[in-house]
Amino acid sequence: MGILDKFKDLRSAYDDVKSAGSDPFSVRFDKILSPTEGIVAGKKTILLGTNNYLGLTFDKQSVETAVTALRENGTGTTGSRIANGSYGWHARLERDLAAFFGRKHAMMFTTGYQANLGIIATLAGRDDHLVIDADSHACIYDACKLTPAPVTRFKHNDPDDLRTRLRRLKNKGGNVIVVTEGIFSMLGDKAPLKEIVEVTKEFGAYLIVDEAHSMGVLGKHGRGLAEECGVEDDVDFIVGTFSKSLGAIGGFCVSNIDDFDLLKVACRPYMFTASLPSSVVASVVTSLEKVKNGELLREKLMGNARRLYDGMAAAGFSVGPDASPVVAVQLPSPEMAIAFWNALLNEGLYVNLALPPATPANMCLLRSSVSAAHSHEQIDQAIALFTKIGLAFGVIEPERIASFG
Amino acid sequence: MDNAEIETVIVTELTTITNGAAGITAETNIVRDLSLDSLAVMDLVMALEDHFDISIPLDRIAETETVTQLAGVVQSLQTEVEA
Repeated sequence: MGILDKFKDLRSAYDDVKSAGSDPFSVRFDKILSPTEGIVAGKKTILLGTNNYLGLTFDKQSVETAVTALRENGTGTTGSRIANGSYGWHARLERDLAAFFGRKHAMMFTTGYQANLGIIATLAGRDDHLVIDADSHACIYDACKLTPAPVTRFKHNDPDDLRTRLRRLKNKGGNVIVVTEGIFSMLGDKAPLKEIVEVTKEFGAYLIVDEAHSMGVLGKHGRGLAEECGVEDDVDFIVGTFSKSLGAIGGFCVSNIDDFDLLKVACRPYMFTASLPSSVVASVVTSLEKVKNGELLREKLMGNARRLYDGMAAAGFSVGPDASPVVAVQLPSPEMAIAFWNALLNEGLYVNLALPPATPANMCLLRSSVSAAHSHEQIDQAIALFTKIGLAFGVIEPERIASFG
Repeated sequence: MDNAEIETVIVTELTTITNGAAGITAETNIVRDLSLDSLAVMDLVMALEDHFDISIPLDRIAETETVTQLAGVVQSLQTEVEA
Protein backbone atom coordinates (compact mmCIF):
# COMPACT_ATOMS: atom_id res chain seq x y z
CA MET A 1 0.00 0.00 0.00
CA GLY A 2 1.44 3.39 -1.03
CA ILE A 3 2.17 6.05 1.55
CA LEU A 4 -0.33 8.46 -0.03
CA ASP A 5 -3.11 5.89 -0.60
CA LYS A 6 -4.93 7.24 2.43
CA PHE A 7 -5.69 10.35 0.38
CA LYS A 8 -7.43 8.55 -2.46
CA ASP A 9 -10.75 10.26 -1.69
CA LEU A 10 -8.93 13.58 -1.77
CA ARG A 11 -7.38 12.60 -5.12
CA SER A 12 -10.74 12.02 -6.75
CA ALA A 13 -12.22 15.21 -5.25
CA TYR A 14 -9.20 17.23 -6.40
CA ASP A 15 -9.32 15.70 -9.89
CA ASP A 16 -13.03 16.56 -10.13
CA VAL A 17 -12.33 20.18 -9.26
CA LYS A 18 -9.48 20.45 -11.76
CA SER A 19 -11.39 18.77 -14.58
CA ALA A 20 -13.88 21.66 -14.66
CA GLY A 21 -11.28 24.14 -15.92
CA SER A 22 -8.57 26.03 -14.05
CA ASP A 23 -7.22 24.63 -10.80
CA PRO A 24 -8.68 26.92 -8.10
CA PHE A 25 -6.08 25.73 -5.60
CA SER A 26 -3.09 26.81 -7.67
CA VAL A 27 -4.10 29.92 -9.57
CA ARG A 28 -1.03 31.59 -11.05
CA PHE A 29 -0.80 35.35 -11.33
CA ASP A 30 1.58 36.14 -14.18
CA LYS A 31 1.85 39.67 -12.87
CA ILE A 32 0.34 41.67 -10.04
CA LEU A 33 -0.43 45.14 -11.37
CA SER A 34 -1.80 46.74 -8.20
CA PRO A 35 -3.62 45.70 -5.00
CA THR A 36 -6.75 45.15 -7.11
CA GLU A 37 -5.53 44.00 -10.53
CA GLY A 38 -3.38 41.23 -11.94
CA ILE A 39 -2.75 39.21 -15.08
CA VAL A 40 -4.11 35.65 -15.09
CA ALA A 41 -3.61 33.47 -18.18
CA GLY A 42 -2.74 36.60 -20.17
CA LYS A 43 -5.94 38.40 -19.12
CA LYS A 44 -6.28 41.51 -16.99
CA THR A 45 -8.21 40.37 -13.93
CA ILE A 46 -9.87 42.15 -11.01
CA LEU A 47 -8.53 40.73 -7.75
CA LEU A 48 -11.46 40.33 -5.37
CA GLY A 49 -10.10 37.51 -3.24
CA THR A 50 -6.83 38.68 -1.71
CA ASN A 51 -7.71 39.80 1.88
CA ASN A 52 -5.83 42.99 1.01
CA TYR A 53 -8.36 44.99 3.01
CA LEU A 54 -6.60 48.35 3.08
CA GLY A 55 -4.75 47.87 -0.21
CA LEU A 56 -1.34 48.48 1.39
CA THR A 57 0.71 45.85 -0.53
CA PHE A 58 2.06 48.51 -2.89
CA ASP A 59 2.18 51.37 -0.39
CA LYS A 60 5.13 53.43 -1.55
CA GLN A 61 6.50 54.19 1.88
CA SER A 62 6.18 50.57 3.07
CA VAL A 63 7.95 49.33 -0.06
CA GLU A 64 10.77 51.89 0.36
CA THR A 65 11.29 51.05 4.05
CA ALA A 66 11.37 47.35 3.16
CA VAL A 67 13.93 47.93 0.39
CA THR A 68 16.18 49.93 2.72
CA ALA A 69 15.93 47.24 5.45
CA LEU A 70 16.64 44.56 2.85
CA ARG A 71 19.84 46.34 1.75
CA GLU A 72 20.93 47.01 5.31
CA ASN A 73 20.12 43.62 6.88
CA GLY A 74 20.17 41.14 4.03
CA THR A 75 17.60 38.72 2.66
CA GLY A 76 16.90 36.62 5.75
CA THR A 77 17.61 36.08 9.42
CA THR A 78 18.71 32.48 8.81
CA GLY A 79 17.42 31.31 12.15
CA SER A 80 15.10 31.61 15.12
CA ARG A 81 15.12 34.47 17.58
CA ILE A 82 15.94 32.36 20.62
CA ALA A 83 18.89 30.60 18.99
CA ASN A 84 20.08 33.10 16.42
CA GLY A 85 19.12 36.46 17.84
CA SER A 86 16.68 39.27 17.13
CA TYR A 87 17.16 42.24 14.84
CA GLY A 88 16.38 45.85 15.63
CA TRP A 89 13.26 45.72 13.47
CA HIS A 90 11.82 42.80 15.48
CA ALA A 91 12.08 44.75 18.73
CA ARG A 92 10.72 47.88 17.06
CA LEU A 93 7.62 46.16 15.68
CA GLU A 94 6.84 44.45 18.99
CA ARG A 95 7.09 47.82 20.72
CA ASP A 96 4.87 49.43 18.09
CA LEU A 97 2.28 46.63 18.25
CA ALA A 98 2.03 46.85 22.04
CA ALA A 99 1.62 50.63 21.77
CA PHE A 100 -0.95 50.31 18.95
CA PHE A 101 -3.14 48.01 21.05
CA GLY A 102 -2.39 49.84 24.31
CA ARG A 103 -0.98 46.66 25.87
CA LYS A 104 2.11 45.95 27.90
CA HIS A 105 3.38 43.05 25.82
CA ALA A 106 3.63 41.84 22.25
CA MET A 107 5.32 38.96 20.48
CA MET A 108 5.49 38.23 16.79
CA PHE A 109 5.39 35.01 14.83
CA THR A 110 6.49 34.08 11.33
CA THR A 111 2.88 33.53 10.18
CA GLY A 112 -0.59 34.17 11.56
CA TYR A 113 -1.17 30.41 11.55
CA GLN A 114 1.77 29.94 13.87
CA ALA A 115 0.55 32.73 16.14
CA ASN A 116 -2.70 30.91 16.89
CA LEU A 117 -1.01 27.54 16.96
CA GLY A 118 1.62 28.78 19.40
CA ILE A 119 -0.45 30.93 21.73
CA ILE A 120 -3.41 28.57 22.11
CA ALA A 121 -1.35 25.40 22.44
CA THR A 122 1.05 26.97 24.94
CA LEU A 123 -1.57 28.63 27.13
CA ALA A 124 -3.72 25.51 27.44
CA GLY A 125 -1.96 23.02 29.69
CA ARG A 126 -2.94 19.49 30.66
CA ASP A 127 -5.31 20.53 33.45
CA ASP A 128 -6.89 23.43 31.57
CA HIS A 129 -9.89 23.43 29.24
CA LEU A 130 -10.15 24.92 25.77
CA VAL A 131 -13.56 26.00 24.54
CA ILE A 132 -13.61 27.11 20.90
CA ASP A 133 -16.24 28.44 18.50
CA ALA A 134 -17.35 25.56 16.27
CA ASP A 135 -16.59 27.56 13.10
CA SER A 136 -13.03 28.38 14.13
CA HIS A 137 -10.27 28.64 11.53
CA ALA A 138 -8.14 25.56 10.78
CA CYS A 139 -5.18 26.98 12.73
CA ILE A 140 -7.28 27.06 15.91
CA TYR A 141 -8.31 23.44 15.33
CA ASP A 142 -4.68 22.52 14.69
CA ALA A 143 -3.71 24.22 17.96
CA CYS A 144 -6.24 21.94 19.65
CA LYS A 145 -4.35 18.94 18.32
CA LEU A 146 -1.11 20.28 19.77
CA THR A 147 -2.38 20.94 23.28
CA PRO A 148 -2.79 18.31 26.00
CA ALA A 149 -5.89 20.17 27.26
CA PRO A 150 -9.37 18.75 26.64
CA VAL A 151 -11.20 20.67 23.92
CA THR A 152 -14.91 21.34 23.59
CA ARG A 153 -16.74 23.44 21.01
CA PHE A 154 -19.60 25.89 21.41
CA LYS A 155 -22.20 26.61 18.73
CA HIS A 156 -21.02 29.28 16.33
CA ASN A 157 -21.56 32.81 17.69
CA ASP A 158 -23.93 31.52 20.40
CA PRO A 159 -23.17 33.03 23.85
CA ASP A 160 -25.96 31.02 25.53
CA ASP A 161 -24.49 27.80 24.21
CA LEU A 162 -21.07 28.94 25.44
CA ARG A 163 -22.61 29.49 28.89
CA THR A 164 -24.03 25.94 28.92
CA ARG A 165 -20.65 24.49 27.99
CA LEU A 166 -18.74 26.58 30.54
CA ARG A 167 -21.22 25.52 33.23
CA ARG A 168 -20.44 21.86 32.49
CA LEU A 169 -16.74 22.57 33.07
CA LYS A 170 -17.34 24.45 36.32
CA ASN A 171 -16.01 21.96 38.85
CA LYS A 172 -13.41 20.32 36.68
CA GLY A 173 -10.47 22.43 37.90
CA GLY A 174 -7.82 24.16 35.81
CA ASN A 175 -8.17 27.35 33.78
CA VAL A 176 -10.75 27.67 31.05
CA ILE A 177 -9.74 29.41 27.82
CA VAL A 178 -12.37 30.57 25.35
CA VAL A 179 -11.36 31.22 21.73
CA THR A 180 -13.29 33.16 19.12
CA GLU A 181 -12.62 35.37 16.10
CA GLY A 182 -13.32 39.01 15.20
CA ILE A 183 -14.58 38.45 11.67
CA PHE A 184 -14.99 34.85 10.56
CA SER A 185 -13.09 34.26 7.35
CA MET A 186 -15.64 32.27 5.39
CA LEU A 187 -18.95 34.12 5.80
CA GLY A 188 -17.61 37.45 7.05
CA ASP A 189 -19.82 37.41 10.15
CA LYS A 190 -18.69 38.98 13.44
CA ALA A 191 -18.64 37.40 16.87
CA PRO A 192 -21.15 38.82 19.41
CA LEU A 193 -18.13 39.83 21.44
CA LYS A 194 -19.85 41.86 24.13
CA GLU A 195 -22.03 38.91 25.09
CA ILE A 196 -19.15 36.44 24.83
CA VAL A 197 -17.09 38.67 27.14
CA GLU A 198 -19.96 38.71 29.67
CA VAL A 199 -20.25 34.91 29.71
CA THR A 200 -16.48 34.46 29.85
CA LYS A 201 -16.24 36.84 32.82
CA GLU A 202 -19.16 35.16 34.57
CA PHE A 203 -17.15 31.93 34.68
CA GLY A 204 -13.75 33.52 35.28
CA ALA A 205 -12.42 32.16 32.00
CA TYR A 206 -9.68 33.66 29.83
CA LEU A 207 -10.53 34.99 26.38
CA ILE A 208 -8.47 34.86 23.19
CA VAL A 209 -9.78 36.73 20.13
CA ASP A 210 -8.27 36.18 16.71
CA GLU A 211 -8.56 39.53 14.92
CA ALA A 212 -6.91 38.28 11.69
CA HIS A 213 -9.68 39.62 9.45
CA SER A 214 -10.80 42.51 11.68
CA MET A 215 -7.56 44.29 12.64
CA GLY A 216 -7.26 47.46 10.58
CA VAL A 217 -10.83 46.88 9.43
CA LEU A 218 -13.03 47.39 12.51
CA GLY A 219 -12.87 49.98 15.29
CA LYS A 220 -12.25 53.71 14.96
CA HIS A 221 -8.50 53.17 15.28
CA GLY A 222 -8.43 49.82 13.51
CA ARG A 223 -7.88 47.74 16.64
CA GLY A 224 -10.53 45.28 15.56
CA LEU A 225 -13.81 43.94 16.90
CA ALA A 226 -12.74 44.32 20.55
CA GLU A 227 -12.34 48.07 19.96
CA GLU A 228 -15.60 48.29 18.04
CA CYS A 229 -17.47 46.53 20.87
CA GLY A 230 -15.68 48.52 23.59
CA VAL A 231 -14.42 45.38 25.37
CA GLU A 232 -10.64 45.59 24.86
CA ASP A 233 -9.94 45.46 28.61
CA ASP A 234 -11.78 42.16 28.88
CA VAL A 235 -9.98 40.37 26.07
CA ASP A 236 -6.91 38.72 27.61
CA PHE A 237 -5.07 37.91 24.41
CA ILE A 238 -5.45 39.35 20.93
CA VAL A 239 -3.95 37.33 18.10
CA GLY A 240 -3.61 38.66 14.58
CA THR A 241 -1.76 38.61 11.31
CA PHE A 242 0.37 40.91 9.15
CA SER A 243 -0.82 39.18 5.97
CA LYS A 244 -4.17 40.91 5.51
CA SER A 245 -4.73 44.59 6.33
CA LEU A 246 -0.96 45.06 6.89
CA GLY A 247 -0.15 43.66 3.45
CA ALA A 248 2.85 41.45 4.34
CA ILE A 249 3.25 38.17 6.26
CA GLY A 250 3.60 37.27 9.92
CA GLY A 251 1.52 36.96 13.07
CA PHE A 252 1.40 38.39 16.57
CA CYS A 253 -0.11 38.25 20.03
CA VAL A 254 -0.59 41.18 22.45
CA SER A 255 -1.62 41.03 26.10
CA ASN A 256 -1.39 42.73 29.47
CA ILE A 257 -0.87 39.49 31.35
CA ASP A 258 1.99 39.23 33.85
CA ASP A 259 4.95 37.03 32.94
CA PHE A 260 4.09 37.28 29.22
CA ASP A 261 7.84 37.09 28.47
CA LEU A 262 7.76 33.43 29.53
CA LEU A 263 5.85 32.64 26.35
CA LYS A 264 8.99 33.49 24.37
CA VAL A 265 10.80 30.59 26.01
CA ALA A 266 7.84 28.20 26.23
CA CYS A 267 6.01 28.60 22.92
CA ARG A 268 7.42 26.09 20.46
CA PRO A 269 5.96 27.53 17.21
CA TYR A 270 7.75 30.77 18.21
CA MET A 271 11.00 29.17 19.33
CA PHE A 272 11.73 26.59 16.70
CA THR A 273 11.19 28.38 13.42
CA ALA A 274 13.10 31.09 11.56
CA SER A 275 12.09 34.67 12.30
CA LEU A 276 10.77 37.11 9.71
CA PRO A 277 13.33 38.95 7.57
CA SER A 278 13.90 42.64 8.37
CA SER A 279 12.44 43.76 5.05
CA VAL A 280 9.06 42.24 5.89
CA VAL A 281 9.09 43.56 9.46
CA ALA A 282 10.08 47.05 8.30
CA SER A 283 7.16 47.16 5.84
CA VAL A 284 4.78 46.12 8.64
CA VAL A 285 6.12 48.87 10.93
CA THR A 286 5.32 51.40 8.20
CA SER A 287 1.95 49.87 7.32
CA LEU A 288 0.96 49.80 11.00
CA GLU A 289 1.27 53.59 11.03
CA LYS A 290 -1.09 53.72 8.03
CA VAL A 291 -3.54 51.42 9.82
CA LYS A 292 -3.41 53.60 12.91
CA ASN A 293 -4.20 56.71 10.88
CA GLY A 294 -6.40 54.83 8.46
CA GLU A 295 -9.84 56.15 9.32
CA LEU A 296 -10.43 57.28 5.74
CA LEU A 297 -9.21 53.95 4.36
CA ARG A 298 -11.61 52.14 6.71
CA GLU A 299 -14.50 54.35 5.60
CA LYS A 300 -13.68 53.60 1.97
CA LEU A 301 -13.37 49.88 2.75
CA MET A 302 -16.71 49.68 4.53
CA GLY A 303 -18.35 51.70 1.74
CA ASN A 304 -17.02 49.20 -0.80
CA ALA A 305 -18.04 46.26 1.39
CA ARG A 306 -21.57 47.59 1.75
CA ARG A 307 -21.75 48.26 -2.01
CA LEU A 308 -20.76 44.69 -2.87
CA TYR A 309 -22.87 43.06 -0.15
CA ASP A 310 -26.00 45.07 -1.04
CA GLY A 311 -25.42 44.54 -4.75
CA MET A 312 -25.15 40.76 -4.37
CA ALA A 313 -28.17 40.61 -2.07
CA ALA A 314 -30.22 42.78 -4.44
CA ALA A 315 -29.30 40.50 -7.33
CA GLY A 316 -30.86 37.66 -5.36
CA PHE A 317 -27.73 35.87 -4.16
CA SER A 318 -27.64 34.27 -0.75
CA VAL A 319 -24.97 36.13 1.26
CA GLY A 320 -23.71 36.01 4.90
CA PRO A 321 -25.50 37.63 7.86
CA ASP A 322 -23.33 40.78 8.17
CA ALA A 323 -22.11 43.29 5.59
CA SER A 324 -18.34 43.09 6.05
CA PRO A 325 -15.30 43.12 3.75
CA VAL A 326 -15.77 39.35 3.38
CA VAL A 327 -18.77 38.77 1.11
CA ALA A 328 -19.57 35.11 0.51
CA VAL A 329 -22.15 33.98 -2.02
CA GLN A 330 -23.65 30.61 -1.28
CA LEU A 331 -24.21 28.18 -4.15
CA PRO A 332 -26.22 24.95 -4.15
CA SER A 333 -23.51 22.40 -5.03
CA PRO A 334 -19.74 21.98 -5.38
CA GLU A 335 -20.16 21.40 -9.13
CA MET A 336 -22.07 24.65 -9.53
CA ALA A 337 -19.58 26.55 -7.37
CA ILE A 338 -16.63 25.23 -9.38
CA ALA A 339 -18.25 26.03 -12.73
CA PHE A 340 -19.29 29.49 -11.49
CA TRP A 341 -15.77 30.19 -10.21
CA ASN A 342 -14.28 29.21 -13.60
CA ALA A 343 -16.78 31.37 -15.49
CA LEU A 344 -15.87 34.39 -13.31
CA LEU A 345 -12.15 33.84 -13.85
CA ASN A 346 -12.65 33.53 -17.61
CA GLU A 347 -14.46 36.88 -17.50
CA GLY A 348 -11.59 38.50 -15.58
CA LEU A 349 -12.74 38.32 -11.96
CA TYR A 350 -10.79 36.43 -9.33
CA VAL A 351 -12.58 35.36 -6.13
CA ASN A 352 -12.00 32.44 -3.74
CA LEU A 353 -13.67 29.07 -4.09
CA ALA A 354 -14.45 27.55 -0.70
CA LEU A 355 -15.80 24.02 -0.48
CA PRO A 356 -16.61 21.57 2.34
CA PRO A 357 -15.03 20.59 4.68
CA ALA A 358 -13.31 24.02 4.84
CA THR A 359 -16.69 25.77 5.13
CA PRO A 360 -19.32 26.03 7.87
CA ALA A 361 -22.36 23.74 7.52
CA ASN A 362 -20.92 22.17 4.35
CA MET A 363 -21.67 25.30 2.32
CA CYS A 364 -20.27 25.87 -1.18
CA LEU A 365 -19.08 29.44 -1.31
CA LEU A 366 -17.65 31.98 -3.70
CA ARG A 367 -15.85 34.24 -1.30
CA SER A 368 -14.93 37.81 -2.15
CA SER A 369 -12.75 40.04 -0.02
CA VAL A 370 -13.12 43.75 -0.62
CA SER A 371 -10.31 46.29 -0.48
CA ALA A 372 -10.30 50.02 0.21
CA ALA A 373 -8.32 50.17 -3.02
CA HIS A 374 -11.19 48.87 -5.18
CA SER A 375 -12.94 51.51 -7.25
CA HIS A 376 -16.73 51.68 -7.40
CA GLU A 377 -16.44 50.66 -11.04
CA GLN A 378 -14.59 47.47 -10.08
CA ILE A 379 -17.18 46.59 -7.44
CA ASP A 380 -20.02 47.24 -9.89
CA GLN A 381 -18.30 45.18 -12.55
CA ALA A 382 -17.96 42.31 -10.08
CA ILE A 383 -21.69 42.49 -9.25
CA ALA A 384 -22.54 42.64 -12.97
CA LEU A 385 -20.41 39.57 -13.73
CA PHE A 386 -21.87 37.61 -10.81
CA THR A 387 -25.36 38.57 -11.98
CA LYS A 388 -24.70 37.64 -15.62
CA ILE A 389 -23.30 34.22 -14.72
CA GLY A 390 -25.87 33.69 -11.94
CA LEU A 391 -28.67 34.22 -14.48
CA ALA A 392 -27.00 31.98 -17.07
CA PHE A 393 -26.60 29.21 -14.48
CA GLY A 394 -30.10 29.67 -13.10
CA VAL A 395 -28.80 30.50 -9.61
CA ILE A 396 -30.81 33.72 -9.54
CA GLU A 397 -34.03 34.64 -11.32
CA PRO A 398 -34.42 37.74 -13.51
CA GLU A 399 -37.70 38.85 -11.88
CA ARG A 400 -36.18 38.76 -8.41
CA ILE A 401 -33.32 41.14 -9.10
CA ALA A 402 -34.18 44.12 -6.92
CA SER A 403 -32.38 47.26 -7.93
CA PHE A 404 -29.19 46.44 -9.71
CA GLY A 405 -29.02 46.75 -13.45
CA MET B 1 -28.42 5.41 32.41
CA ASP B 2 -27.17 2.06 31.18
CA ASN B 3 -25.15 1.44 28.06
CA ALA B 4 -28.09 0.19 25.99
CA GLU B 5 -30.10 3.36 26.63
CA ILE B 6 -27.12 5.54 25.68
CA GLU B 7 -26.65 3.49 22.51
CA THR B 8 -30.28 4.10 21.59
CA VAL B 9 -29.78 7.86 21.95
CA ILE B 10 -26.63 7.74 19.81
CA VAL B 11 -28.39 5.72 17.10
CA THR B 12 -31.23 8.26 17.07
CA GLU B 13 -28.80 11.20 16.75
CA LEU B 14 -26.87 9.39 14.01
CA THR B 15 -30.08 8.71 12.10
CA THR B 16 -30.85 12.44 12.20
CA ILE B 17 -27.34 13.47 11.13
CA THR B 18 -27.31 11.02 8.21
CA ASN B 19 -30.80 12.07 7.11
CA GLY B 20 -32.32 8.76 8.04
CA ALA B 21 -29.66 6.16 7.19
CA ALA B 22 -31.12 2.72 7.87
CA GLY B 23 -29.57 -0.17 9.75
CA ILE B 24 -27.52 1.73 12.33
CA THR B 25 -26.78 -0.58 15.25
CA ALA B 26 -24.52 -0.74 18.29
CA GLU B 27 -21.84 -2.33 16.11
CA THR B 28 -21.95 0.34 13.41
CA ASN B 29 -18.55 1.93 12.77
CA ILE B 30 -19.45 5.61 12.90
CA VAL B 31 -16.84 6.97 10.50
CA ARG B 32 -16.33 4.03 8.14
CA ASP B 33 -19.87 2.65 7.78
CA LEU B 34 -21.64 5.99 7.69
CA SER B 35 -19.00 7.97 5.77
CA LEU B 36 -19.19 10.79 8.32
CA ASP B 37 -16.48 13.42 7.98
CA SER B 38 -14.68 14.86 11.00
CA LEU B 39 -17.02 17.86 11.18
CA ALA B 40 -20.12 15.65 11.24
CA VAL B 41 -18.57 13.62 14.06
CA MET B 42 -17.89 16.82 16.01
CA ASP B 43 -21.50 17.91 15.49
CA LEU B 44 -22.66 14.53 16.78
CA VAL B 45 -20.53 15.11 19.87
CA MET B 46 -22.18 18.48 20.47
CA ALA B 47 -25.63 16.93 20.18
CA LEU B 48 -24.69 14.21 22.68
CA GLU B 49 -23.21 16.80 25.05
CA ASP B 50 -26.53 18.60 25.08
CA HIS B 51 -28.61 15.45 25.39
CA PHE B 52 -26.66 14.11 28.38
CA ASP B 53 -25.60 17.52 29.76
CA ILE B 54 -21.95 16.51 29.88
CA SER B 55 -18.73 17.78 28.35
CA ILE B 56 -17.14 15.38 25.84
CA PRO B 57 -13.56 16.49 25.05
CA LEU B 58 -12.67 15.96 21.38
CA ASP B 59 -9.71 13.73 22.25
CA ARG B 60 -12.00 11.31 24.10
CA ILE B 61 -13.77 10.40 20.87
CA ALA B 62 -10.61 10.12 18.76
CA GLU B 63 -10.22 6.45 19.66
CA THR B 64 -13.85 5.44 19.46
CA GLU B 65 -15.08 3.71 16.32
CA THR B 66 -18.39 2.01 17.07
CA VAL B 67 -21.62 3.19 18.65
CA THR B 68 -20.92 0.89 21.62
CA GLN B 69 -17.50 2.41 22.21
CA LEU B 70 -18.90 5.94 22.05
CA ALA B 71 -21.65 4.94 24.49
CA GLY B 72 -18.91 3.69 26.82
CA VAL B 73 -17.22 7.10 26.73
CA VAL B 74 -20.52 8.87 27.45
CA GLN B 75 -21.20 6.54 30.36
CA SER B 76 -17.79 7.05 31.92
CA LEU B 77 -18.11 10.84 31.57
CA GLN B 78 -21.54 10.67 33.23
CA THR B 79 -20.00 8.76 36.12
CA GLU B 80 -17.29 11.44 36.44
CA VAL B 81 -19.99 14.13 36.69
CA GLU B 82 -21.85 12.25 39.40
CA ALA B 83 -18.68 11.44 41.35
